[in-house]
Amino acid sequence: MEAEITLWVDGTRHRLVVDTRTTLLDALRERLRITSPKKGCDHGQCGACTILLDGRRALSCLALAVAYQGSEIVTADGLGDGEPHPLQRAFIEHDAFQCGYCTPGQIVSAVGMIREAAEGWPSAAGKDQDAAEVVLDDEEIRERMAGNLCRCGAYANIVPAIAEVARP
Amino acid sequence: MKPFRYERATDVPSAVALLAEQPHGAFLAGGTNLVDLMKLEVATPEALVDVRRATSDRIEELPDGGLRIGAAVTNSELAADRTVRRRYPMLSQAVLAGASGQVRNLATTGGNLLQRTRCVYFQDTTTPCNKRDPGSGCSALDGYHRELAILGSSPACVATNPSDMAVALAALDAVVHLQGPLGERVIPLTEFHRLPGAEPERDTVIEHGELITAVDVPPLAMMTRSTYRKVRDRASYAFALVSVAAALEVTDGVVADVRLALGGVAHKPWRAWIAEEALRGARVSTESFQAAADAELAAARPLPGNAFKVPLARNVIVHSLGDLAEFHQLGEELR
Repeated sequence: MEAEITLWVDGTRHRLVVDTRTTLLDALRERLRITSPKKGCDHGQCGACTILLDGRRALSCLALAVAYQGSEIVTADGLGDGEPHPLQRAFIEHDAFQCGYCTPGQIVSAVGMIREAAEGWPSAAGKDQDAAEVVLDDEEIRERMAGNLCRCGAYANIVPAIAEVARP
Repeated sequence: MKPFRYERATDVPSAVALLAEQPHGAFLAGGTNLVDLMKLEVATPEALVDVRRATSDRIEELPDGGLRIGAAVTNSELAADRTVRRRYPMLSQAVLAGASGQVRNLATTGGNLLQRTRCVYFQDTTTPCNKRDPGSGCSALDGYHRELAILGSSPACVATNPSDMAVALAALDAVVHLQGPLGERVIPLTEFHRLPGAEPERDTVIEHGELITAVDVPPLAMMTRSTYRKVRDRASYAFALVSVAAALEVTDGVVADVRLALGGVAHKPWRAWIAEEALRGARVSTESFQAAADAELAAARPLPGNAFKVPLARNVIVHSLGDLAEFHQLGEELR
């Protein structure tokens, strides 16, 4: 079964016909050749495919493209405004990767995570669940980024890279 | 993945009507479990009716002081809701203890209640599993069952319900609103999920074509000091080995009222009715908490690989109640 859909990706409008089985991840990578979202596990366990979907971080491997007709997507490719995004720069400065495969997902997830914290969303790391403001200490960053795995184990540099942007 | 037709419903009546025409169809909401099961070909619906925009995505106050949570409210929105955080902290904590930020942003309240077990054999179509393929046998009994049930299981199935949210809702006396081709039904959360018995393929009492439209939580003052404690193999992003949702009301050193539910131990969120009964009227003490936990767990029938869950559940119950009691004592001393 096929369906025609429109997706806005990194500010550009795309019309495409997809098999209903196509995930957003496969639509981006295989149809639109936007390869910054990575296919790691393809089962929602690793976070490498993280995108911003209508402003919220989401796993593109678990989202059917047909269900997100008309949606606005931001990938790691579309974060910077000509210049690298502050998080992209922080990852480089802190050497926050080895192989780099999880990095676009880490960075997009961090962008979404910082936005959630700014809106006062709580996490399991919070001491006071009803705190008006969230302070993104290292424990909070680790908990909120738990959905992004790095099999090289670069967490020791990923956390400081995110912290530099999250609490300037 | 098997091919399927996709249709989007704009409201509840059209969603119910669309699925009524599809005997092998399924509702799709956030898809965080269903899409994965379709990839694994554990789920093979011939049609999907997308209900993400059909049901309410709002949390509303009820006249009695409770809350109505629309089925399309995401797990993130539910956990972040200020009223939920103040009146029902165990619910916010339970939701935040589950999955990851990315998953919670898509996963919905209705979908969370319908997620399937993460038993490895259920998810592996090359192995026997009575839940996936009725009558084929249970691979977990003599296989890997570290995460599986110690209470209420049957010779046919030892799967556990993976939800954290549902454990808090079980303790909260929540009720589930369903809309189906034959009308509306309202079912207590504690009766919504089933024990496996001889029909482990049925997780819940829901009939084909019935759609979860909302979950109501009643007002209950003691819930403002309720907790959810989860024990798992990793610090985060892992399913529960054992979890406990607890609330305690103490008057003059005696348990006036209590709510207790366990996760990770059974085919359904396990409301600890026996322990609650033992606790009401008992003096607040570690001994009475231990006795209540033991009474609840007397029916446990663990397997060799998950026998550790019995003392673990006992300890988590005792510590959760102990923390709540300490909080009460502190409050009484301050007064």
